[in-house]
Amino acid sequence: MTAARNAIELKEVSLSFGSNQILTGIDMRVEPGEFICVIGASGSGKTTLLRMIAGLLTPTSGAVLLHGKPVRSPSRRVAVVFQDYGRALLPWRRAYANVSLPLEAGGMPASQRPARIRELLAKVGLGNHEDKFPGQLSGGMQQRLQIARALAQEPDTLLMDEPFGALDAMTRQTLQDEVLRLVSERKTTVFFVTHDIEEALYLGDRVVALDSNPGRVAYDIKVPLPRPRDQLTTREHPEFLRLRREMFEIMNKIHA
Amino acid sequence: MTAALARSWRGWLFPVAVLAAAELWFAFNPILSDTLAPPSKIARDGLAMLFDGSLLKATGQTLVSAAAGLLIGMVAGTAAGFAIGLIRTAERTAAWVVELLRPIPSVALIPLALLTFGYGYRMEYSVVSWATFWPFLILTHNALRQIDVRLIEVSRLMGFGPLKRIWKIMLPAAAPRLFTALRLSVGLALVVAVTVEIAANPQGLGLGLMRSQEELQPGRMLAYLIWLGVLGWAINYFLLLFEIRLFAHRTPHGGSTAP
Repeated sequence: MTAARNAIELKEVSLSFGSNQILTGIDMRVEPGEFICVIGASGSGKTTLLRMIAGLLTPTSGAVLLHGKPVRSPSRRVAVVFQDYGRALLPWRRAYANVSLPLEAGGMPASQRPARIRELLAKVGLGNHEDKFPGQLSGGMQQRLQIARALAQEPDTLLMDEPFGALDAMTRQTLQDEVLRLVSERKTTVFFVTHDIEEALYLGDRVVALDSNPGRVAYDIKVPLPRPRDQLTTREHPEFLRLRREMFEIMNKIHA
Repeated sequence: MTAALARSWRGWLFPVAVLAAAELWFAFNPILSDTLAPPSKIARDGLAMLFDGSLLKATGQTLVSAAAGLLIGMVAGTAAGFAIGLIRTAERTAAWVVELLRPIPSVALIPLALLTFGYGYRMEYSVVSWATFWPFLILTHNALRQIDVRLIEVSRLMGFGPLKRIWKIMLPAAAPRLFTALRLSVGLALVVAVTVEIAANPQGLGLGLMRSQEELQPGRMLAYLIWLGVLGWAINYFLLLFEIRLFAHRTPHGGSTAP
C-alpha cells in the first residue's frame, strides 16, 4: 500500500478530553482531488476531526497523515473555511486586505499581491467590493470572502467546516456550485463537514457518516453521480434519490 | 455636536441661571472674598491671562508634560501588557510585583522624582508615566485575553510567526480596548500633571492655580479651574471622534454611528 498517495490518511485516530471520549478508531483515506463529505449529528466529533487534520488539535492516539507526512502543526498547504465567517475574517481589514493576509504570511512580494488578490476577489464575485469591510458585507458575501482568502493560500487540501450552515437556501446553492467550480479548476482535495445529507450527496465524491458518543465511522459510500453537478438535474437523478433515501435510513438507524 | 448642544437648551438653563444669580448676589453684596469672585470678574481675569500669553504658556507646559508622560506610560505599559499577556512565566513572575507596586499612589512619587530629576519637565512626566503605565498594563493584558480564539487559529493556520502574529492580528484585534486605556489615561495624565505642579513643580497650570491662591486672586484661580474643565472636555471630545472614526467599521454596517 502506498500511503503517500493519500492526500489525507487517518489511522486509528482517537481523541479524548480527560475521561470524555470524543472520537474513537477513525480510519479514513482521501485521495488527492477527492471531494469527501463528512456528515453526522452535532456532537459526533466531525468538527473535531477537521481540526485534527488542520493541525489545530493532536489526537490522543493514532496518526493523521497528509501526503504521507504526520501532521504536527498547521501547514500552509491546508486551508480552512470556518462556518462562523464573522469571527474568522479580520473586521479591521477591508475585503482586499483580508485576502492579502495569507499572501503576507507566505512572504509574497508586495508588488505581486494586487493582481493575485483582484483575481481571487473576481473569482468569488466580489470584484466590486474590495474596499468594503466584512461588517458591510452580507453573510453570503462574507463567506465568499473567506473562501477567496482560503484559496489565496493555494492549498492542496481545503477543509470546510459547515461553511454554508448559517446561510439561506438560495445563497447556499449558489455557493455550493461556486465551490465545486473553484476546486475542480485546481483539483483541490476537499474535506467538507456538514449535517445536511442532500448537501453532502450533491457535493461529494464520497460521503462518510459519523456515529456519535464516541464519534466513529458508521458508513462510507461512494457517490457515482456525474459531474459537473447541477442543482436541478443532479438532485432529480434517480441515483441521487436512491442514495438520499439510503442515507436517511442510515442516519435514522444511527440515531435511533 | 454643536447642533445637539443647541437643541438641548434645557441643559443650559441651570448653569446660566446659577451664573446670573451669582452675578446678582455679588452686585448687591460687594464683599471682598479670598475664595469667590463674580462671574464677570472671572471672565475678565481669564481673558487678561489669555491675551498676555500666560495662560497659553502654562497650558503648553502642562500639556507637554502630560503628553510626554502619557506616551512613555503607553509604550511601556502596552509592551509590558503584551509580555505578561503572551508569556506565561512573565505573567507569573510579574503578578506579585504588579500587586505591590500598583497601589503606590503616583503623587507619592513626587519627592523621589524631585530628588532624582530636580524641577522641570522630567520630574513631571516621570510621575505621569508611572500613573498611566498601570491602566495600559492592565487593559492590554485584559484585551489580549479577550481576543477571539478563532483569530488566533486563523493566524496559526496562515503560518504567521510570533512577531507578525502580534503585529498583524493581536495588536489590531486589541486596538479598541487599547484605545479605551488611552482615553482613561489621558484624563489621568492631566490630573497627575496638574497635581505635580501644585505640589512641587513650579510650572504650568498647577503653578498658576497656586500663585493666584497665594496672591489672593480668586478670579484668576477660578478662571484656571474653568479652563482646566474646558481643556479636559475638549481632549476627550476629540478622542471620542477619533475613536468612532477608527473603529466604526467594525460594527456591522459600520460608518453610520456618527456622533
